[in-house]
Amino acid sequence: MQTHNYDVVIVGAGGAGMRAALESSKHARTAVVTKLYPTRSHTGAAQGGMCAALANVEDDNWEWHTYDTVKGGDYLVDQDAAEVMAKEAIDAVLDLEKMGLPFNRTPEGKIDQRRFGGHTRDHGEAPVRRSCYAADRTGHMILQTLYQNCVKQDVEFFNEYYVLDVLMTGDPRSDEGVRASGVVTYELATGEIHIFRAKSVVFASGGFGKIFKTTSNAHTLTGDGPAMAFRRGIPLEDMEFFQFHPTGLAGLGILLSEAARGEGGILRNNEMERFMERYAPTLKDLAPRDVVARAMANEVREGRGAGPKKDYVYLDLTHLEPSHIDAKLPDITEFARTYLGVEPYTDPIPVFPTAHYGMGGIPTNIRGEVLRNATDVIPGLYAAGETACVSVHGGNRLGTNSLLDINVFGRRAGIAAAEHADEVDLPELPEGLETPTVELLQRLRDRPATEDRIADIRIALQVTMDANVQVFRTDETCRKALADIKDLKKRYETVAIQDKGKRYNLDLMEAVELGFLLDLAEIVALGALERKESRGGHFREDFETRDDVNFLSHTMAYRTLPDEEGLEGTTIRMGTKPVVITRYEPKERTF
Amino acid sequence: MTAVAEKSQTETGAGEIPSFEVTLRISRFDPDSEKGERWEDFTVTMQGTDRVLDALHEIKWHVDGSLTFRRSCAHGICGSDAMRINGRNRLACKTLLKDLDINKPITVEPIKGLPVEKDLIVDMEPFFDSYKEVMPFLVAGGQEPSRERLQTAEQRERFDDTTKCILCAACTSSCPVFWTDGQYFGPAAIVNAHRFIFDSRDDAGEQRLEILNSKEGVWRCRTTFNCTEACPRGIQVTKAIAEVKQAVITGRV
Repeated sequence: MQTHNYDVVIVGAGGAGMRAALESSKHARTAVVTKLYPTRSHTGAAQGGMCAALANVEDDNWEWHTYDTVKGGDYLVDQDAAEVMAKEAIDAVLDLEKMGLPFNRTPEGKIDQRRFGGHTRDHGEAPVRRSCYAADRTGHMILQTLYQNCVKQDVEFFNEYYVLDVLMTGDPRSDEGVRASGVVTYELATGEIHIFRAKSVVFASGGFGKIFKTTSNAHTLTGDGPAMAFRRGIPLEDMEFFQFHPTGLAGLGILLSEAARGEGGILRNNEMERFMERYAPTLKDLAPRDVVARAMANEVREGRGAGPKKDYVYLDLTHLEPSHIDAKLPDITEFARTYLGVEPYTDPIPVFPTAHYGMGGIPTNIRGEVLRNATDVIPGLYAAGETACVSVHGGNRLGTNSLLDINVFGRRAGIAAAEHADEVDLPELPEGLETPTVELLQRLRDRPATEDRIADIRIALQVTMDANVQVFRTDETCRKALADIKDLKKRYETVAIQDKGKRYNLDLMEAVELGFLLDLAEIVALGALERKESRGGHFREDFETRDDVNFLSHTMAYRTLPDEEGLEGTTIRMGTKPVVITRYEPKERTF
Repeated sequence: MTAVAEKSQTETGAGEIPSFEVTLRISRFDPDSEKGERWEDFTVTMQGTDRVLDALHEIKWHVDGSLTFRRSCAHGICGSDAMRINGRNRLACKTLLKDLDINKPITVEPIKGLPVEKDLIVDMEPFFDSYKEVMPFLVAGGQEPSRERLQTAEQRERFDDTTKCILCAACTSSCPVFWTDGQYFGPAAIVNAHRFIFDSRDDAGEQRLEILNSKEGVWRCRTTFNCTEACPRGIQVTKAIAEVKQAVITGRV
């Protein structure tokens, strides 16, 4: 075992982690720890753009952007946070440009902007061109640009170090003086444990889409950050709100950007009807994602799906000029060719909703400080990006606001972490804090061989989540998922891995990841069961409307204390946190 | 049973193709094991839209959990799973099984020229070290504008091709010069230098050209085009290297 001392440790090297690192490493000794290489992070898969009211091509302002974000999130958005994000969006885009990001340009040489779902002028009047983009590989360009600047600034990375535990000086559920003090990591190349002591720890470890089967998420997006935080007694916020992106390649889940519709693409059913005209008369195909995804699923349920099994709809780009497609949507059209053998110039592309983004996560305030309950922060602990819940996305995230979130709140978390590190001493670490991690790994590695497989448990989990906690949910389906998860957790207690080695034991890593996925799926399903209303991405067929009287509040899931009883036979207790409302009183959403 | 459940998702894609058996002949190596370097054959049942990565997963998840390879996004954008498939560098997640000859074993090896760590995993540090040598970041002098730096669409287009690089190392590890001379920067580093040399906003082109004019720079390139053929992003790598060579000679970009 090795021990390292730093001022700031950042967990994860995607957009949020590297944006944080660019700030904190200027002022504090910073280590970035990632289970991948930085450029493998899933920020790179984001496509369509990053919204900011630059008003480069038409009238726009940050207040309209704030409104769209709040309304898009079905009023579960904390409005102070949305305001910060929309205001700072402008500098966030300009900062990236100055760092070298190759945005597409207008004829005047300014950053070009295009339309995106839910982004409007004048409070919902009509779509507005707000998304700054680099073809359909904006996330790739952001990830590369941030990495390039980390190289320029000599940021210190620990690549392929898997963080397995967060260290604190006490229990955040009961200890008012609790502070963050470091992380425990597992070096994949050697199997050695490394403890990183730190004054500040920033979680930027990404999402947890792998709880679902059909997903746009990378294999590695297993919610490690939120799950290890939860195990240590940190609550998780709004986990039942998961976004299903309308246009995944049918059957595969690979993402086709909303930019396809921003550039004029149209969704059609098996009769080639532009069905979104019925669901969202004003914004049509550019309505927010939850609305479009449900409309698509509904078309399929009502028998208007396309294909041999009538289980998808079409994304039609055939009316667009091939040269326009090549200039604006080169990557996604290549995905259609490579993976489905469909030529988008001449044929519509089969698409269906795909699990895409967790709106919930580790609760933070607008400085990126992690909350241990509805009001109090844990000094020295920060989170940003998909792993966090600020909450700027509320019940449904608008397209492009994730790339914005990682830049705005990644930066804020980095600044706050460095400031905190400047003010405090390194917390003392008692002996043996790595013990739970070492024991976890030993248990998984040393178990006698079993017929059962980690992969089979994971797939069974994903199947039940897709079947029961996806676009449409009911009391019955949520209970079914919870029962299945309970059984799967039992199987997980006995399952063995096959690779017993130390070096690059990714069999072991997948086993640890599955444990995290099971914990998070249970929180998602329980949250979905308990929220007896429909809001944003959470739709209950047995409670079809939004219920602001009983549910205009954030869900806070806590791990129970040893002597405490959880809900529905779990070790989870549910609490709430008020929604911050500043300018916009909740109204019914129409698009 | 559950494996079938997962595969059923691919059945719903367009152009249904029945399942088939395929054998992967995989290069195995674990320095901690006494078995040494060897080939192992695995025969699995796969479906028409499955990729080499799906077959590797099928083996790892249901046959031999110790088979080790990197992967993440699984759709050709993260650059984790470059490997040598039937003697050619490709991304496993972008190579459809049906596009290969499945009547004979498909060989899968780690990319060449970098030290093998375990099975299909190589040490990427030398690759990233070369990348870092070429100043792969924007260097812009003068006072920062309050808004964005202006750039025409034509200026932006000038370096578009080389911005696509995902640092997967497929090009560099396909280069015969790199195999024999590990000091050579390799195509990927030159591609990333090109991306900034030809960016109208950048002021460090001369420094980069000087670096690339050195002993281990562009002149090692023997124009075999392996890199262009290997690039999963379709970057005209050899052309980019030629443009850098030209710029070194003329001192102009």
